[in-house]
Amino acid sequence: MKKTLIMTTALMGTAFAANAAEVTVMSWGGAYTKSQVEAYHKPFTAEMGIAVNSVDADNPATPIKAQVEAGNVTVDVADVEYSDAVRLCDEGLLVEIDHSILPAAPDGTPAADDFIEGALTDCAVANIVWSTVMAYNTENNDNAPDSIDDFFNLADFPGKRGLRKNAKANLEMALMADGVPAAEVYDMLETDEGVDKAFAKLDTIKDEVVWWEAGAQPPQLLADGEVVMSTAYNGRIFNAAVGEGQPFEIVWDGQILDFDLFVIPQGAPNMEEAKKFIAFATDTQRLADQASWISYGPARQSSGDLVGLYSDGKTEMAPHMPTAAANLENALVNNFEFWADRDTELNERFNAWLAQ
Amino acid sequence: MADATMGAAPTQAQPEQLTTVDGKPLKAALMAAQAKARRRAFLLVLPLLAFVLVTFVAPIGQMLHRSIHNPGFTEHTDLSDGTQTEIMVNLRGWFDANPPGTEPDEAAYEALVSDLVLLRELRAQGAVGTRINYEAPGTRSLFTKTTRRAERLEAPFKEAILDIDEDWADPQLWRVMRDASSAYTLNFYLAAVDLEKNSEGDIVSVNENRAVYILLFQRTLILSLLITALTFILGFPIAHLLATLPLKYSNILMIFVLLPFWTSLLVRTTSWIVLLQSQGVVNDTLVASGLVADESRIQMIYNQTGTIVAMTHILLPFMVLPLYSVMRPINPSYVRAARSLGATSWTAFRRIYFPQTVPGIGAGALLVFILAVGYYITPALVGGSDGQLISNLIAFHMTNSLNWSLAAALAALLLFGVLALYWLYDRLVGIDNLKLG
Repeated sequence: MKKTLIMTTALMGTAFAANAAEVTVMSWGGAYTKSQVEAYHKPFTAEMGIAVNSVDADNPATPIKAQVEAGNVTVDVADVEYSDAVRLCDEGLLVEIDHSILPAAPDGTPAADDFIEGALTDCAVANIVWSTVMAYNTENNDNAPDSIDDFFNLADFPGKRGLRKNAKANLEMALMADGVPAAEVYDMLETDEGVDKAFAKLDTIKDEVVWWEAGAQPPQLLADGEVVMSTAYNGRIFNAAVGEGQPFEIVWDGQILDFDLFVIPQGAPNMEEAKKFIAFATDTQRLADQASWISYGPARQSSGDLVGLYSDGKTEMAPHMPTAAANLENALVNNFEFWADRDTELNERFNAWLAQ
Repeated sequence: MADATMGAAPTQAQPEQLTTVDGKPLKAALMAAQAKARRRAFLLVLPLLAFVLVTFVAPIGQMLHRSIHNPGFTEHTDLSDGTQTEIMVNLRGWFDANPPGTEPDEAAYEALVSDLVLLRELRAQGAVGTRINYEAPGTRSLFTKTTRRAERLEAPFKEAILDIDEDWADPQLWRVMRDASSAYTLNFYLAAVDLEKNSEGDIVSVNENRAVYILLFQRTLILSLLITALTFILGFPIAHLLATLPLKYSNILMIFVLLPFWTSLLVRTTSWIVLLQSQGVVNDTLVASGLVADESRIQMIYNQTGTIVAMTHILLPFMVLPLYSVMRPINPSYVRAARSLGATSWTAFRRIYFPQTVPGIGAGALLVFILAVGYYITPALVGGSDGQLISNLIAFHMTNSLNWSLAAALAALLLFGVLALYWLYDRLVGIDNLKLG
């Protein structure tokens, strides 16, 4: 029975591939995938006649790495974080992308100059700037937390906290809460003492932490009252607060900025369509369009002026962007080189710490 | 086999040989006929055999092989066209020429640099760095960083490399590279029990910051035993009730046992989240009834309690069903006879009824325990941090860190552990006494 099912699915798969062009895009799910479907996938299919399969993962970098190493790649385009894009490219798991396929800005500025600094790498093209922020539910907190210190302050702000179940961002936030200035965080984490210090700080709230893995979880945990505050991807909190009317507030102090980038895994079944998709989705208009569905900043300078209102037609997007001047007062830019190199060892230590 | 016997047959029975009508020796003819039947029987089971070989034996063999074999430092496979290239040839040559413990000299560094240049061409520095990083944490960046500049390095190479990063002089790194020069290694098994080799090659415990596997193996064993005991305590009365009630009632009750059994595992696990979370049904009820204050809601999920509760519930049918199948045919007149001969109800239960259920208890306990030892999805969802089992770390290394050799070594240890317990069980209880229905 199962075998028949697999065979029919396989047959249908080949039938589809033979008849209609398609591209499979893997992203992070929830409100973020929705914003991409609305801003990229639908217009892409309408204009190019290429169907887009949207699939989701908690972090697309891990399944595509596993797929490429196992020699069974089903994904054509994946949306990954900066450090993962660099690491996977280093390991030869990604296809290099020729930047000349990317369209120029409407005023003629070539793509290489139009993208903000660092947004283009050998194997990856950035689409958004996002950030890890701390957020809280106003109904479950008597006092309003206003700094990253408050996240670690159980005395004044009792209750459970939500944290992403990995080392990245948690260690930086722990150090910033411990009084380390944003500019010195990564220098500190290069040393064993710095890492010890970060884990010691995390130790102080370990018993009160609910760990999340998917980006859709923190808004859920906050809404259910399972946690009083949580780290989260800023766009998810914005969509829950503005789009769904949840009583959530973002604390921008100690936010950690990062890129999300499109990459093509080695052995992607629809390589040409994948390149067309990336070129289409990262043009000036599409990036600006996406910003009207979720509060992530477009990776092209020329898109900035086109960003207007949220899809509800009344909320101005600019102040909700992680890159808005008011939100950058104490912000940290994720050091992709640091994480590309140290991801494995720090997550190993993180796992051991978690289990102890 | 058949041929050998056929050849031997005539010499044994030479004087008065029985033959068939067409003159063949009877014994040989019989053999031939039976061989045909055996071949047919073999052909009938062939699909199943092939299926088991392909889907079960081969992957397990592959996994066991992977736990001792990792060619990350010896060959590179280009993923775009599948070509394999020997890498680190010069450095491996130096290791072969010099005994362990030799201080790396200029020749060693020269070999290293020439190998790194090739790595850059192949874009293999990340993969090689990752391989070494498994055993010498923090060294991955050495490879990526140094490879980026390898082409511009000039003699003296030792100085040039140490100039990029002094960590290259670390004897531990050189020990790891020497070990990794051979694709076959037992180091992943060492890592799986929180051991490592130090720079002199002696086996020592890893830093307690990173020690996690022994703890998780112990936790997995203890929780599995606890869950087995709990399913027994909960399942025995249920099975007894089911077995002794008239059929029309017991069938209805049986539905209650089977219905959750048929429900998706994920549904059952998430239902427990709904029930047990701090804003969940159980806590809300406790708060509403005034037993618990609103601020001090009990944490029953995202910890060990959550894992134990959810797994006990999910595995309960595996205990109830074998118990039921053994209890059903027990003749109630045995216990009545014991009572009429003067035994108390406790003695009658202990001496007469209980011993007859032992094969069912054995089967149920073995099933539940083995399932619990390898359980993965439920602890991942409700276990929080201290309710994780070893299978969750195996999954982590399979899907996240992609250290498949370590995942394979951990899985192999789990497999051997379960086999050892199975053997022990066979010696103590006897596998013949097992009754599944």
